[in-house]
Amino acid sequence: MDRWQRMTAQQRTLPDDTVPVVLARQGAHGPVIHALGAAAQARGISAGERVVDVQAIHPDLHVEPADPEGEGALLARVALWARRWCPWTVRDGADGIVMDVTGAAHLFGGEAAMLRDMGARFAMQGLSARLAMAPTRGAAQMLARFGAAGTICGPQEVAELLAPLPVVALRIDSDTSRLLTRLGLKTIGALMEVPRVALMRRFDRIAEDRNPLVLLDRALGRLGDPLNAPGEGRRWLARARLPEPVIDPVPHLDGLAADLCTQLAQAELGVRLLRLTIYRVDGEWRSRNVATASASREASHVLRLLRGKLDGIDPGFGFDLLTLEALRVEPLALHQDHLEGGREAGRDVAALLDRLTAKLGPERITWPVWVQSHLPERVEGRVPALTGAPAAPPVLSRDRPLRLLTPPEEIAVLYAVPEGPPARFRWRRVAYLTTRHEGPERIAPEWWRDRPGTRLRDYYKVEVGDGRRFWIYRQGILGDGRGGDPHWFLHGIFA
Amino acid sequence: MIPDSSFGQVVSLSAKRLVQDVPRPGSGGAVLRDVLAGGPFDAAVTGFVLACLGESTDPVLWVSDRMSRRENGQLYGPALRNFGFRGHVLKVEVSHPRDVLWAMEEGAACAGLSAVVGEIHGAPEVLSFTATKRLALRAETAGVPIWLIRSGDHGALSAARERWRLSALPSQTHPYNPQAPGAPLWEAELFRARGRSPGTWVAAHDPTAAEPANRLRLFPQSGDGQMAEDDRATADLAG
Repeated sequence: MDRWQRMTAQQRTLPDDTVPVVLARQGAHGPVIHALGAAAQARGISAGERVVDVQAIHPDLHVEPADPEGEGALLARVALWARRWCPWTVRDGADGIVMDVTGAAHLFGGEAAMLRDMGARFAMQGLSARLAMAPTRGAAQMLARFGAAGTICGPQEVAELLAPLPVVALRIDSDTSRLLTRLGLKTIGALMEVPRVALMRRFDRIAEDRNPLVLLDRALGRLGDPLNAPGEGRRWLARARLPEPVIDPVPHLDGLAADLCTQLAQAELGVRLLRLTIYRVDGEWRSRNVATASASREASHVLRLLRGKLDGIDPGFGFDLLTLEALRVEPLALHQDHLEGGREAGRDVAALLDRLTAKLGPERITWPVWVQSHLPERVEGRVPALTGAPAAPPVLSRDRPLRLLTPPEEIAVLYAVPEGPPARFRWRRVAYLTTRHEGPERIAPEWWRDRPGTRLRDYYKVEVGDGRRFWIYRQGILGDGRGGDPHWFLHGIFA
Repeated sequence: MIPDSSFGQVVSLSAKRLVQDVPRPGSGGAVLRDVLAGGPFDAAVTGFVLACLGESTDPVLWVSDRMSRRENGQLYGPALRNFGFRGHVLKVEVSHPRDVLWAMEEGAACAGLSAVVGEIHGAPEVLSFTATKRLALRAETAGVPIWLIRSGDHGALSAARERWRLSALPSQTHPYNPQAPGAPLWEAELFRARGRSPGTWVAAHDPTAAEPANRLRLFPQSGDGQMAEDDRATADLAG
């Protein structure tokens, strides 16, 4: 909800505070409420209800689409950001973060001060957070969602604080919670008083992470429940700090590239995407990205790629820090060159692709790809050489010209109406007299791709007086009902 | 005769040319060769270069500038297989001849390529004698043959080791249809070469020939009489 407010506020005026705002996601029977604002909460609307039902009760409901993926990405980012307080943080479900602050609270002046700090920092980000601190993960999860805001639970008072919470707080299935409620066990306190044997017998078939007894034991600290926090990815970074601002980055690149490549060599990795950043004295920064066709950690190759990119970089009044970072790395085992000193051909070509792409752009350097099509201009496609691979061309039974004009150029042709071969034609203001011709080869339009009304083509291979051979076609036949007189085009040149 | 240069060389224009004297443009080592188009819109140049590229399956770097693509059309991939070319073409399409020369130089340093082909239309400033000299030296150092296709240019200075001019000739008779154009014939003029005398030949390309060396054949131009003359000269030499 906070994320939606923050993003929407940039684009348009938010609705008034008194208007109930809800975010809706698609449910099994139409849209259901995903999250809701303060005004909606005050009116007693709850998440999970169907939007149409709520609209019937509150006609002034303001419904917006929810974005669960965006929220997930934001939460993952925030979970990493929360490592400012403690080293182990992990996302908890769709709407929470669990932090293991063992041994970290005294750094912020005690537990209460730490919670206050967290609340303030989340508020600075525009996010509202419900915080709770407890000796076990399960207890903290329950207290944050169902307890009073900012609860700090000491080791002795876990059972006491959890007792008034509803059994839903245990994060059990709705079936289980309905069963417990039907049995009269509405609070966790009631559940704690039931003999363990009875609970174990009743719920022995339920998986561990949804079993009320196991969850209760974990919350009370009777079972271990360690946090499994994902490690931070290592950054491959080389930096050069300069005593004085300079304008030319070139003399420092050697050291940076050598440093980065040594780091990568130790980890047996090669770089696929590099970024060079200069930090200018006026507080600005500029960066250049370089991609490679295959993983590489040769300092000389990296240097050559970077040199081609430095032309447009604006140093301003000079810069005093520059970093070279490998943004994407791939495993690259040690490689043995040929014993007699030659280089391996495939790696050479990959290095060439990198250099060409770095300077000219990825769409200029292409491998051909082949498309199943009858129309000559559709047969050959192209794929950027950095990402694609060459494919064997199709074997054609027909004669095709070595060079193809794109698009075909219109020519004026003298021919025997309606379907005679071309006798003379005029192309690029020169008249040609055909001496020999072959054809026609009829290529019908591809009705599954072309627009209706596309005319067929009759291709002729013609030879003119001095021996040049052209590929020309007539588009349509007189009286085919798809336009007037047919037009002629020159499409290719034979060797 | 000075064997290493064509400057100041005495060129015999008589019929005493030997049959062995026919050049083999596809197998002359890794040097820079210029191929000029004899007329406008002539794909004979492209055909000749492709016929000379040989049997290697390593990729060929094919660089072209915008003007040559607009004037002569683009290289059409599906026709290459029928033309007897087995490799893959790595196409680089740039707009300015300066970038063509840069890409060719980069390609020439790469031993994984079987050849580098560049197309430049007209005679732009950047394609100077110095630029061609750089290319020639690159080709000889790295061992990658370089072909420079120049259309719309009538022989500006160049440091290429062989300079050819190609134009189309009326094709051979079609085996089944006298009305149809048959297998192509080109007039190949070697007008400057290092270490050999220039000349003009008729080139025929037959992609179905069993022996790769026989796919591109060069005949003396003046027909059967010349051949007879050549045969006698060969016989004289042998006897």
